Order: sequence, then structure tokens, then C-alpha cells
Amino acid sequence: MEEQRVGTVNGQEPTIVAFFCTWCTYTAADLAGTSRMKYPPNVRIIRVMCSGRVDPQFVVEAFAQGADGVLIGGCHPGDCHYVEGNYKALRRIALLKRVLRTMGIEDERLRLEWISASEGDKVARVISEMVGAVRRLGRLDLPAKRRGWDAEVLPHGGPTEALAAAAAPDGR
Amino acid sequence: MREALSKNGGPRVGVYICHCGKNIAGLVDVQRLTEYAATLPGVAVARDYKYMCSDPGQVLIQKDIAEHKLDRIVVAACSPLLHERTFRSATEAGGLNPFYFQMVSIREHASWVHTDKEEATRKAQDLVRAAVQRVIYHESLERRRVPINPAVLVVGGGIAGIHAALTIANGGKHVYLVEREPTIGGHMAKFDKTFPTLDCAACILTPKMTAVRAHPNITLWTYSEVSQVEGYVGNYKVKVKRRPRYINEELCLGCLECIPACIYKEAKHPDEFNLGLSKRRPIYIPFPQAVPQVVVIDPETCIEFKSGKCKKTCVEACGERNAIDFRQTERTEEIEVGAIVLATGFKTFDAGRVPYYGYGVYPNVYSALEIERLVNASGPTGGEVVLRDGRKPERVGIIHCVGSRDENYNVYCSRVCCMYSIKLAHLIKERTEAEVYNFYIDIRTPGKGFEEFYTKTLAEGVHFVRGKVGQVSDWATAPEEQGKLVIQVEDTLAGMIRRIPVDMVVLSPGLDPQPDAQEVRRLFNISCSNEGWFLERHPKLAPVNTFTDGIFLAGACQGPKDIPDSVAQAGAAAAESLALIDAGYFELEPTTAYLLAEECSGCKTCIPLCPYNAIAFDAEIAKAAINEALCKGCGVCVAACPSGSIQQHLFDDRQIYAEILGVLAGATAAS
Ligand code: FES
Repeated sequence: MEEQRVGTVNGQEPTIVAFFCTWCTYTAADLAGTSRMKYPPNVRIIRVMCSGRVDPQFVVEAFAQGADGVLIGGCHPGDCHYVEGNYKALRRIALLKRVLRTMGIEDERLRLEWISASEGDKVARVISEMVGAVRRLGRLDLPAKRRGWDAEVLPHGGPTEALAAAAAPDGR
Repeated sequence: MREALSKNGGPRVGVYICHCGKNIAGLVDVQRLTEYAATLPGVAVARDYKYMCSDPGQVLIQKDIAEHKLDRIVVAACSPLLHERTFRSATEAGGLNPFYFQMVSIREHASWVHTDKEEATRKAQDLVRAAVQRVIYHESLERRRVPINPAVLVVGGGIAGIHAALTIANGGKHVYLVEREPTIGGHMAKFDKTFPTLDCAACILTPKMTAVRAHPNITLWTYSEVSQVEGYVGNYKVKVKRRPRYINEELCLGCLECIPACIYKEAKHPDEFNLGLSKRRPIYIPFPQAVPQVVVIDPETCIEFKSGKCKKTCVEACGERNAIDFRQTERTEEIEVGAIVLATGFKTFDAGRVPYYGYGVYPNVYSALEIERLVNASGPTGGEVVLRDGRKPERVGIIHCVGSRDENYNVYCSRVCCMYSIKLAHLIKERTEAEVYNFYIDIRTPGKGFEEFYTKTLAEGVHFVRGKVGQVSDWATAPEEQGKLVIQVEDTLAGMIRRIPVDMVVLSPGLDPQPDAQEVRRLFNISCSNEGWFLERHPKLAPVNTFTDGIFLAGACQGPKDIPDSVAQAGAAAAESLALIDAGYFELEPTTAYLLAEECSGCKTCIPLCPYNAIAFDAEIAKAAINEALCKGCGVCVAACPSGSIQQHLFDDRQIYAEILGVLAGATAAS
């Protein structure tokens, strides 16, 4: 995976990872598509069954892997396909924000939005707003920062790989 | 990933990039995307093709699976919500487990929403890379089959609900038809004639209503509402609240002798069915052909309910039939059904919301529905179109698009108002010989025989003035306007402002969603469009399905519709229900949660989180136990498990982490 992000002006364009629940927000994103609404190309959407499936670790991992913002989209309160998964997401994200703050990650980099299946325009609007907000904050670039931190405390630049592996518990 | 790669020398991923004609290829550089995909670790074959969903596209996948020994498939095309099933089937036809497949949306999520070729292509690359990395972790899964209960619930007894219920019942299945009003028939029962054929509405509707009552496969519950829905496709458990009508339905013969026997000699309460244009007694039947032929007592106006001191002359009239029961209370019925058809209809736009048309201010400004009752032979005036004082109008103005195609109210076109306005113009002219003026923005007649009906009405001498009416007032500025209602309009064909004095103004309101549509959709776990109409699964290919399997839509609850369209859709919803039932079983997505028992510490975090009580605590081994039959696959417990010992099929941690890593590989490479 050694390719370059050629078009990114010196890597200054932010990337936002979005987790959308399949029933409402992902469907709304499809609607934004079929309605040919336009929004910035900085977002990468990952489909989950419910916003309640979003493990706070997913968010942390996304930041650790270079995301500049994370957007979570679920059904409106009372509309979750699984009764109340979105309330669980709400509670988790509120807690997570506090943790992220202590790591120096600004609140605006993590956003939770309720977007129903018919709100394609809202998908386009929220993404545009968020890209704007994150752009104003600048790149987060946690991977580079981590390399810097490692260099300070560890000889020879440090085992970044091992850290990344620890942050991504992909083995069981 | 390296680990997975090394297993048995695999994996061998096939990546297929769809052009979708120009829909994708117009913005995304498919050539470059394909070349890029070919370089990704694990990819054995990468191809692009004009239409992947076509037969040759699918055959391509099947052939490659055999020839190149592929064990994972990625298709980058439209949304998985549209074609995931198609490509899973192709994967299966090629001899692989259908879940060794991942779909990437580069149309809805890339080419259609972006404008920059470079950026769109790069995004597509990121998404394809993520899918390739993810699919490697996919596992072979089985679909769960659930049996289907062969009964169907139809909610709403208008023409759509009636038609759906009869079709399903004729197919040999049991139907529960639930209607909120005391009678079925809906809006259509209020109409005199239907456009464009001028069929008598009652003549074509009442036989169907009677058929519902007589059908051995239909249980009809009027004056009833669904209060709770639980379960899932094939196995819904529904509670229906049955309001007391204070009449024992089994004992009432429909002789109606109790009504004139009521202590109220004169009827003095506004009659809902006639929109208040006539009066009824506290004991009444909405209209003569009501189904069921059972009277209702309105406790709000009945003296017995108010004071307990009525002579109860109605009970005397009922005599030994003994059908009147003042002590009746609300009952709840519990039923089990496999499918549900929602046919809850619409409400007409409240014309009073447009202040400058004077509805509710000037007595001779009517809504079209009121005129429907006036022209109806069984209506309050026996079919005479008369003003409130009993005079025949000499000049009538009909204003189209009230509340429709208007930024201040509803922006959509309500589809039926042009045609019913033309119909009313014809009927009013026929009954009164008045001069009739139609005020329209555009005339929309896109149906069989519609345009012909319009030209015929023109030839009859009905006037059509193009322009949006600015105001209706009784403010006379010339002698001929004295005592009249004046319609002020900019005639955009003549290019001038006109003032047209009339005796009667008819407002043609558009169609609104039912006021409780939001509560109803929550009850049934479906979605609404922005305007509040129930949302279909796909506007073209699944117009009667919803996002919830086993729940179908019929009639105007999905959007404004005329009678033929409502009936057609009701037939489609019935056919979908029958197809579901006749298959005997339904295959559920295998997205259930499962436990890695060795790692469970028995902390019980997950147990209260599950909304379906699918997780229990096995005290003997001090670990959680997941009942996969109850699990619906939301993944809430998976996200909450502190030890990562609950996973979700198709959305397990490794798969999602691989996807996160995949979409971000570009971002990190640049930094
Ligand atoms: S299904 Fe959308 S938030 Fe739960």
C-alpha cells in the first residue's frame, strides 16, 4: 500500500470517516446520490446495521489511522430500526468526546447526526459543514504526531508498527 | 491481513468495476480504478464491465471463480441496497458461499455526488481497497429461514385496503381488516361520481364493501386501531384496540329502528360523514350502505352517557334483539400475522390554512369534499347543489391547487385535484346550469381518458382561467359585485388582472398525509418521506415494499393517488403478501451476534442492552448465552462487550477494522 495521494495538496485535504446505519442514514446517502446532490469528496462511508454498532474503538482507530474527522449517522430518536441503538450511540459518543478532548482531539472532529432515510439533503449538508469545520481546524494527522512522540521517548524512532497493531485489535 | 493472506496461499479476490453506462464511468476513471485494484494484495483478477448487473456481467464473475479459483468477490457498482442480492446470487452461482462477497457503492457515494474526476476516482480507489481488505475476513454463512404465518393484517378500509383484503382473501389466506372509522369505504364512499368515466362511486364501491363483510376469510374490525406491533417478517404479533360502539355487533341486525326512536326528536349534532353539512342523532349510522350495518352510539352526545337519566327509547325500539349495551368497554384483540399491508390513506389539506381564500369566513366558500357531498344523491341535499341559504348558485368559481404546488404549504402536486375539479365543474353545471369558472396554474391530465374528459368539459362551456387566485372577498367595487364573492386573479393568458363575481367558491385542496402518519410509521417501524408519506423501498422497483420486510404499502398513504392507481397498488401489495406467504419461509440476513465463549468473562454488560432479550446469563458456566433466533442483528452488544467476545456475522470487528484501515490508507500515505 505504497501509493501516493497525488491530488491532495501536500496532504492538506482532510479525510472524514463516516459510519452510517443502513436503515436511515446510509439510505439517505443513497438518496443524496440518486438526487445528484453534491458534497465534498473527503468522506468515506462505512455501512453498519445500526449506529449502536459503532464501537468507540472504531472512532479511536479511525483517528489513529489518519482520519481528521469521524461522522456517525443514525436514525432519529425513536426511529431506530432496533428500538434504541441510536440512544446507546448517543451516550457512548458523549463519553468518548470527553476522552478525546484529553487527547487533544477537538469536539468538532467527532459528530453524531440523526438523518432519516428521506433526508438526502441533510447528508450533503452535514458532510459539507463537517468538511468545512475540519478544514478550519487543519489536519489532525495522528500517525505523524505519534511518530513524533515515539521519536522523543524511544530510540530509533520507535516501534510504530507495534503501536498501530495494538490500536487495531484485529486479531482475537 | 498478512495472516489471512498466508492461509492456504489465499485469498484470491476478484474485483469487478461497473461502468453503469456513463453513470459511473462518466466521472470515475474506471480504467485506472481497475488497474489500481489489480495491484492490491490478494487480488487475483480485476476487471471493468459496462453493466455488471446484466447477465453477461454476472456470468463474468461465475466464470472467473472457476477459471481463476477465486474465493472472494468484490463488486464496485451501485448501492448494496440495490444490487447486493444480485451479486451474492452470482457469487453463489459460481460455487462460492454468497457471503464471500462485498459490494462497494461508487455510484451513489461517488460518481453521482462529486464533480471532480480526480477526487472521485481517488475516493473510489479508497473504497475498493477497503472492500478488498474487508472481504478477506468474510466467512461462509448460512441464511436463517423463518416460517411465515399465513394470515395478513390490512390496516385501513378505504378502497385500497378493501381491494388488498379481498385479493388476499380470494387467494385463500385469512385477512384481518382494521378500520378506524365505524364503517369501511374511506374517502371513496363520500364521492358521487368518479373521474373521468363518471361511474357512480357507490355503485362500484358498495359491492366490494359487502363482499368484505360476507367473505369467510376476512375478519373485519371497524372502529378499531392497531396499538402495538411486535415481531418480524412472517411472525408479527399485533394488538388491536377495539373502541366500544355500545352496540353488540353480533346482535344488531341493521334494522336502524333505534335511530328515529332516539329521545332527540330532531337530529342536532354535526354529521361527520357529511362534513357537518347535515345533522345526526347520538345513535347513528354514518351512511345507509355502511359496512358493517351496525349503528354507533356517540357517548359525547348521548344523554344516557351524560346524565344516566335517559328514557332509553332506543333500547325499547331494539326490543328483544337487545343489541344496545351501554356498558361496553374497550377491548384489545391479539393476533398473529405474517405480513401487513398499510392502506391508511390521506387527509385533504385544510383549506382554512390559506387565509386569503376565506374558507371558514365566508359561508359560501366550500371545500371540494363538501361539494362531493352536495352533489351526491344520498348526501345532505339529495344531490342538489345549493348555497347555505338554499338558493341555487348562478356563478361558481373552482380554485385549483389549494395548498399544493405552493412554497408556503405543500410543494408537491397532489395529482388528483385537476381531475376532480373538472369533474365537479361538470357536475355543478349539469345540476345547476350555473356559469362555472376553473382557476388553474396548469391543467394536469396524465391518465387514461383524462385529457378527453377535460376537452369535453371545455366544450360544455365551463370556463378555464389560467392564473393563481390572489384573493376571495366580499368587497364589492362595482354594482355587479354587490352581494357576491369576488375572485381576484391574474389571468396569465389574457395578461390582465380580473375580478370575477360568483355566488359559490369551491376550493380544491390537495392531499396531505394523515396527521398521525408519524406515530403510525413508528408503530410499524417504517420510514416517511420529508412530506410525511410512507416511504417505499425503491421508487421504481419496489414501490409497494418498505424497508421492513413483510410490510407493504397500498394507496395514498404512500403518496397522492387516484382510485385506479390505489387499486393497482393494493393489488400489488396483495400479490407481494401472497408471494411471501406461499414461499412458506423467509430468509433472514445472517447478521446475528455470536459469542466467543472462551473469552467471555461473564460481566453481564451486554444483557440489559439487548432490546430483544436475546442474551441470557448462563449461571452454570458464568457466561452470556445468545439466542440467535431472537437476535435481530443490530450489533449493539458487540460494540459494548469490553472483552470483544461478542462478534457479529458480516460486521465483525476484524472486518470493520480492515475497512477503516482500507479507507484511510490513502490518508496515511500522504502524511
Ligand atoms: S438502525 Fe439506524 S440508528 Fe439504529
